[in-house]
Amino acid sequence: MNKWQLVLEDGTVFIGDHFGSDIVKYGEVIFNVNMTGYQEMITDPSNFNQIIVSTYPVIGNYGFNSDDSEAIEPSINGLVVREINHEPSNFRSEESLSSYLKAFKIPGISGIDTRELIKVLRQKGTMRGAIASMDLSPEVIVNRLKNNHPSDDEVSHASIAKPYIIPGSGDRVVVINLGMKQSILKELTERKCHVTVVPYDYTAEQIMRFKPKGIIVSNGPGSPFALKNTIETLKQLMDKTAILSIGLGHLLFALANDLEVERTKYGNHNASYPVKQLESGVSYLTNQNSHYIVNRKSVDQSNIEITYEGLNDQTVQGLALSNKNLMSVQFNPEGSPGTNEANFVFDDFLNSISKN
Amino acid sequence: MPKNESIKKILVIGSGPIVIGQAAEFDYSGTQACQSLKEEGYSVVLANSNPATIMTDHTVADKVYMEPLTVKFLTKIIKKERPDALLATLGGQTGLNLAIELDKAGVLEQYDVKLLGSSLDAIQKAEDRELFRDLMDELNEPVPASDIVNNVESAVDFATKIGYPVIVRPAFTLGGTGGGMCDNEEELRIIVKNGLALSPANQCLIEKSIAGFKEIEYEVIRDSKDQAIAVCNMENIDPVGIHTGDAIVVAPSMTLTDYEYHMLRDVSLKIIRALKIEGGCNVQLALDPHSFQYYIIEVNPRVSRSSALASKATGYPIAKIAAKIAVGLTLDEIKNPMIETETAFFEPTLDYVVTKIPRFPFDKFVTGDRILGTQMKATGEIMSLGRNFEESFLKGIRSLEIGNGDFYLKHVSEEETDQLLYRLEKADDERIFVLGELLRRGMTEEEIHNITKIDPLFINKLNNIIQLELQLVNNKNDQKLLKKAKENGFSDMQIARAWETNETEVYNLRLKLDLMPVYKEVDTSAGTTSATTPYYYSTYEKNCEVIVNDTEKVLVLGSGPIRIGQGIEFDYATVHSVLALQEMGYEAIIMNNNPETVSTDFAMSDKLYFEPLSLEDVMHVINKEKPLGVIVQFGGQTAINLAEGLEERGVKILGTSLEAINRAEDRHKFEALLEELDLKRPRGKAVTKAEEAIKIASEIGYPVLVRPSYVIGGSRMEIVHEESELRTYIDKYPVINEGEPLLIDQYVTGIEVDVDAISDGKTTIVPGIMEHIERSGVHSGDSIAVYPPQRLSEDVKEELFETTDKIAKALNVIGLINIQFIIQGTDVYVIEVNPRASRTIPFLSKITSVTMANLATKSIMGQDLSELGFKSGIVEEHEDVFVKIPVFSFEKLRSVDTTLGPEMKSTGEAIGYDKTLEKALYKGLIASGIDIPHEGAILLTVADKDKEEASYVAQRFQNLGFDLLATEGTAKYLNEKGLPVTEVAKIGAEEPNVLSVIKNGDVQFVINTLTSGTQPRSDGFRIRREAVEHATISLTNLDTAHAILNVIDLTTFSANPVKYKGVGRYDS
Ligand SMILES: Nc1ncnc2c1ncn2[C@@H]1O[C@H](COP(=O)(O)OP(=O)(O)O)[C@@H](O)[C@H]1O
Ligand SMILES: Nc1ncnc2c1ncn2[C@@H]1O[C@H](COP(=O)(O)OP(=O)(O)O)[C@@H](O)[C@H]1O
Ligand SMILES: [Mg+2]
Ligand SMILES: [Mg+2]
Repeated sequence: MNKWQLVLEDGTVFIGDHFGSDIVKYGEVIFNVNMTGYQEMITDPSNFNQIIVSTYPVIGNYGFNSDDSEAIEPSINGLVVREINHEPSNFRSEESLSSYLKAFKIPGISGIDTRELIKVLRQKGTMRGAIASMDLSPEVIVNRLKNNHPSDDEVSHASIAKPYIIPGSGDRVVVINLGMKQSILKELTERKCHVTVVPYDYTAEQIMRFKPKGIIVSNGPGSPFALKNTIETLKQLMDKTAILSIGLGHLLFALANDLEVERTKYGNHNASYPVKQLESGVSYLTNQNSHYIVNRKSVDQSNIEITYEGLNDQTVQGLALSNKNLMSVQFNPEGSPGTNEANFVFDDFLNSISKN
Repeated sequence: MPKNESIKKILVIGSGPIVIGQAAEFDYSGTQACQSLKEEGYSVVLANSNPATIMTDHTVADKVYMEPLTVKFLTKIIKKERPDALLATLGGQTGLNLAIELDKAGVLEQYDVKLLGSSLDAIQKAEDRELFRDLMDELNEPVPASDIVNNVESAVDFATKIGYPVIVRPAFTLGGTGGGMCDNEEELRIIVKNGLALSPANQCLIEKSIAGFKEIEYEVIRDSKDQAIAVCNMENIDPVGIHTGDAIVVAPSMTLTDYEYHMLRDVSLKIIRALKIEGGCNVQLALDPHSFQYYIIEVNPRVSRSSALASKATGYPIAKIAAKIAVGLTLDEIKNPMIETETAFFEPTLDYVVTKIPRFPFDKFVTGDRILGTQMKATGEIMSLGRNFEESFLKGIRSLEIGNGDFYLKHVSEEETDQLLYRLEKADDERIFVLGELLRRGMTEEEIHNITKIDPLFINKLNNIIQLELQLVNNKNDQKLLKKAKENGFSDMQIARAWETNETEVYNLRLKLDLMPVYKEVDTSAGTTSATTPYYYSTYEKNCEVIVNDTEKVLVLGSGPIRIGQGIEFDYATVHSVLALQEMGYEAIIMNNNPETVSTDFAMSDKLYFEPLSLEDVMHVINKEKPLGVIVQFGGQTAINLAEGLEERGVKILGTSLEAINRAEDRHKFEALLEELDLKRPRGKAVTKAEEAIKIASEIGYPVLVRPSYVIGGSRMEIVHEESELRTYIDKYPVINEGEPLLIDQYVTGIEVDVDAISDGKTTIVPGIMEHIERSGVHSGDSIAVYPPQRLSEDVKEELFETTDKIAKALNVIGLINIQFIIQGTDVYVIEVNPRASRTIPFLSKITSVTMANLATKSIMGQDLSELGFKSGIVEEHEDVFVKIPVFSFEKLRSVDTTLGPEMKSTGEAIGYDKTLEKALYKGLIASGIDIPHEGAILLTVADKDKEEASYVAQRFQNLGFDLLATEGTAKYLNEKGLPVTEVAKIGAEEPNVLSVIKNGDVQFVINTLTSGTQPRSDGFRIRREAVEHATISLTNLDTAHAILNVIDLTTFSANPVKYKGVGRYDS
């Protein structure tokens, strides 16, 4: 077996076995605690350019199929696992995970003490890293990691170039695609929406031409601060129509309302994260995939209502300006991976717009 | 929602004696529940008739009633205690059934007792097949098509409609007797005909078979706010068709995509919500491996064996949380027991692979039907954790303690391939070893999949193991491979076999290479929160998470999986040893692998290593922790067997020395010891030739007791009455021809007595002596034991003490010792000395209030018993009488002979206590599940040697108004004695015959003693089995019969003044 290495920005090196593509790749190293759902995770555009560490130790068991992807192509830059299974078993499996990653030029490394790696990441916070062959010296890699700052235009890659329509008999909804997961579309089409998906840089005017009853601002990768124009667009749209923002969309919504957003130490990548709906007092498990969070104090000082909070940490998980039919959630109500038990968020939104 | 303040006192029902399908897991969940309720400030009253449990310790509940678990006795308890509420969902099926019965009897209403947890409606909807089906229809959730039929033709019609294969389940037979799978009409006709005949209601359920589907379980919890979580899911390696209790299981599932995982999770949550359960629930599902089609197999609206497993697998204590939910708390307000700052509303994430492997009793029941099916047969299970499947699985295999701790059984490797193929298809208890052997012989993964329907993923991983083993064979001493093998869970034993060397060599090589495991924590969050738990497993990686501090530590070895002869009693002793160590200020470390038990609750000890109990694994922990020493006394034979290897590797055995253990266990040394102390023992000799055996036996004089020298625990031990029987025995177990000596002992008839003592080498305390009802020859675990002794003179008791003291001192016992005696007249014979905790420790500790394991631990750690205020002697006897009644699981184990003998067969025990022996026996028998009839008929069929004695039994029954039925020879004898007896025809004769009278319920008792030779298919065997299948009391020992007669005698006089009423169609 071919030895490869995972090198972190701080010089920490983990040596393991190579799988997938043999192209060296760099990216932010993120850990993900889902026990199932690697396919969804690999193809979730929110994970654009990231190197993902899976805490569940045996990955690839059920292979790769053509139904469960969250986007047409994968977005990650690398996968770190304790063990990779090359002999998947599932009736829908079409190829092994390794062969899929190879086809899309994504390297992977196995045989890593992922628990130890996670300890390092938890201690030092998220770092950048690289999956590379042993030919490159760690010093060279660390240098490259330090000198080549990644661009912050992830969304421009994860989004789409041209809008498209998915016809439906229900309400007209526009989705601003910041790196949208297919599952969001699925939730909408299951609810018969007539959906128009537009690129992240569509202007308010362009969007309003579609005469939407409501707008959904999708999840997506990267930093919300990099999306000045989209924030502007949101500001303009807020007075014109109902909006539901999800994930990255939620952060932009907060910024558009002059709330503060902060980066967390190692993000939250967990498909069973408890969130309490404040109105009912009932908690739900939600899928989380973000590095940023809205500062709670800044909300308390605003006229915006907190609708959901983290059950254990009271972080801001949902916002609303109910008089205006504007709402946002930090979590991914569509699940995938993970539970979609909070997908009533879509119902709440669609109910509120069809009343108008 | 805050907790319910309107209730103060809660009655908790335990699950009673241990039987197959209802074992130690309910001690674990019950103990947790009681503690959890006490934590919330409730007063807890516990009812459980199982004296071997931790939960019946006085510290666990505020009040403990070890009374029979029947409506009658529970009503008495309720009347006396006036609890505000009843929690029945933690006592297994027994608890649920009692809740229903108490409600039906109006008791709950009368005494205003609120049922917590699952409502009666929910219990009924989940338990009653019809109601369950209706609910599933309502929810639009699929269950396999089924129908109830009462003739063969309708069965055939229905099967034709739904398609073969189908499963037949005769209604109201115990343990699904007479059912089975049918692939075609021909088979169906035979099985249904047979099933209808067996069913008292003349009914069979025909169900579409979904054998071969993936069997998946979810452990779900819901609270009063309708918040619900799935704590864990589990995937059975053995597909549907093999009872989940008998299946090898992994957690979490490995072959499900996220979509499938959540599809089934959603269904499970939907069901628990529909049933409105407040607490834990188990949902079993079947998933088509080729589509999204699934079926609900079953729902258990309570905690279960699987929930105990899930709790240990994830670190999420389901029973504890379920108890809090039952009193009104909700998941979002209950604190997470692992992570201070979080709540119980979350789903654990695992970063390891959990394997559960069942442990079967067929090493004891060699004639038993070993084929696995829809009826559970395992007595216990182990759990293992590893960072990949291979490691987890192999650790599990060596935790089983069968064979050599290796994925290999010698006798399997010697079988012909055809035979193995047959066994693979039929799926018996050794199937996984058979599968491994076939892979070794080059069978392809696909072929194996086609036969077993086991998912290719698992077969592939098992093949990885075999391929690696073959690589090892071809590359002796290859260090790279050695590392790889260890990373994949190989034991040194398995590597040694491949390398044709021994375990120690491999271990020493690893020491040299510093190839040692590290330990990882089980923390519910895959290392992503700062939970720190004292719960560890080993793996071969870089980073070790155990922090070793410098407090003085002691390692206590547990007893591994529950099996016949080594049950929950040993867990009781282990837990108490740990508590004593903590009390003394030591850090108590426990090592065990049984997920069902209290000892593997991580909250129990300072550190828990969930590991195989093999020499290698124990050494690893010792190397890491460097404890003062190891305590092996409480972990049954499992721990004792490790002592030698540990000492060889320089480990200190605390308490009684290894040398002393050997002197007690090694036959020659033992003989010498008794000789030296001038103590009597039955004469005996080890022989190596058949003719020598015959000669020695006639010298000693029949009857003699024979057994192979290498088996422990009374296996294959038989009483032989004459030469022809001895020859049959030698033919049946050709140990002699295989070069193993056979032990032949004089059979001494007398009163058998168990003495347990605690000693520090100077002071010997005997908390109590237990006298057996059955004369010697019935294994001490299977006989009814009475405390205090009823038939022993003060002199004999004194002699028993003196002898115990002598032996304890000679062996320099520090800790516990158990001695078995036979008393014949005034002679006291020593038959066995066990320098360790015995089965009777919990029983004696509870009734004498001498905390035996605690004191033993203190003396092991160097405290003087005299300083603790004890002096040598027998502790003053209690004024009440206590009996221990064995409980068997024969209805679950087909083809197992129920005759009591020197080989242990019981799975559990019940207690009965009262002012007199008869009253205590009465309660004990009821608690053990024997519903004593006061009228009716009795069927006798006894061996010639027993006829005379049997006639006294018959006479007594007759005096009490019972009708007598007997088979030809017995009838003739009884007639001659002037007893009115109806002769019944032989097996096979036209009905009514001996089997049909049992089947039709015409007799209430069957008394049958063993004829010669113990051929498994003898008539006597069939009669005994027929009695078991029809829940008729079957007595194979005349002493037991007398004891029961005493009880009937007593209770008949008090309850119904002598009133004779003939029954049945035989007294025309
Ligand atoms: N329709 C069926 N076809 C094939 N096997 C079945 C079917 N229903 C149940 N089984 C098997 O029988 C086992 C026991 O059935 P279950 O209903 O769960 O009874 P129990 O109450 O004994 O757990 C299951 O674990 C499953 O493997
Ligand atoms: N010499 C003997 N005479 C009569 N009965 C005996 C004799 N030896 C053993 N037994 C019976 O066999 C049972 C099991 O034997 P024992 O040596 O105690 O084995 P185990 O190790 O299974 O406890 C005893 O409980 C006793 O009833
Ligand atoms: Mg079941
Ligand atoms: Mg014994």
